[in-house]
Amino acid sequence: MRATRWEARLVLPVSEERDHVQGPGDAPVTLVEYGDYECPYCGEAYPIVKQIQERMEEQLRFVFRNFPISTAHPHAEYAAEAAEAAAAQDRFWEMHDHLYEHQQRLRVDDLRSYAQAIELDLDLFDKELAEHVHADRVHEDFLSGVRSGVNGTPTFFINGMRHDDPYDLETLLVALEAAAELGKGGADHGGS
Amino acid sequence: MPPGIAAPDFALPSTLDRPLGPGDGRGRPLILVFYPADWSPVCTDQLTLYQEVMPEFEKHDAALFGISVDGRWCHLAFAKDRNLRFPLLADFEPKGEVARAYGVYRAEDGTSERALFVIDPAGVVSWSYVSPTEVNPGADGILRALEDLAAKGVAR
Repeated sequence: MRATRWEARLVLPVSEERDHVQGPGDAPVTLVEYGDYECPYCGEAYPIVKQIQERMEEQLRFVFRNFPISTAHPHAEYAAEAAEAAAAQDRFWEMHDHLYEHQQRLRVDDLRSYAQAIELDLDLFDKELAEHVHADRVHEDFLSGVRSGVNGTPTFFINGMRHDDPYDLETLLVALEAAAELGKGGADHGGS
Repeated sequence: MPPGIAAPDFALPSTLDRPLGPGDGRGRPLILVFYPADWSPVCTDQLTLYQEVMPEFEKHDAALFGISVDGRWCHLAFAKDRNLRFPLLADFEPKGEVARAYGVYRAEDGTSERALFVIDPAGVVSWSYVSPTEVNPGADGILRALEDLAAKGVAR
């Protein structure tokens, strides 16, 4: 049996214009997460990423992309669109945090209350959700993940290479710090 | 099974109300997904992903069948629980016969490998991949194979 092998690399490079980014653009290491707001494993990874950001400070750039698996998580697609609607009003990360901190409550009423809590223009938010204005963007994220070897969530990429080891704090931190050391040597760090 | 070989024919009981085989995909590309067992964690993630990516497969007019040695009733319960809308085929009696024909039966544990086959519209295997049992092979390889098929179709 012939085995086809390929490296799992990020096929859509990180873009400061397109992507939701935390941390400096010239950080030596970029961590990309493909996540689903209703996925419990992503919920477990959420505080781990926060701790890593605190530890690594300016050494780390963090990027989040949507990978909603509606087949398993009926609220995931709408939640992702809500995050993108918040992004359209420059509040992506506030919404992102609300969603992961309230993973059990992702009905439309819940999404509205989070939009209210972070002081979005609610009329605009409602309109964009109802018209699925951001569905294409969410799907573009999803497909870029499929083509990069995202087979479930969460999936992380460190400087463009898929991280296949566990994503507990210690393992991720060791991998990121090793990549940061390499990244300081001038290797490309945007992926692809 | 190397590319270029005619896909072995079969007809297996399925989650549809009729037996299915490679002939049911004839005229369109067919994706055969052999997996070890219903309900096991990796299989579930893998098949859920394929359900989610189904619209992309359908852009290539491809059909997808899942195959394991589980029986039809088990498949029906599994598909319902996981919202899988593509057919699951029961390689149940004689157990694993189709997996053997495709060279992916695992006699040591009585299941099949986690194996992917893309069969072209004429019934010829155009791509195959066997993944380590515990690793979800994802959808990218399938999409690449379908794109290769489409490119060849244009060149023909």
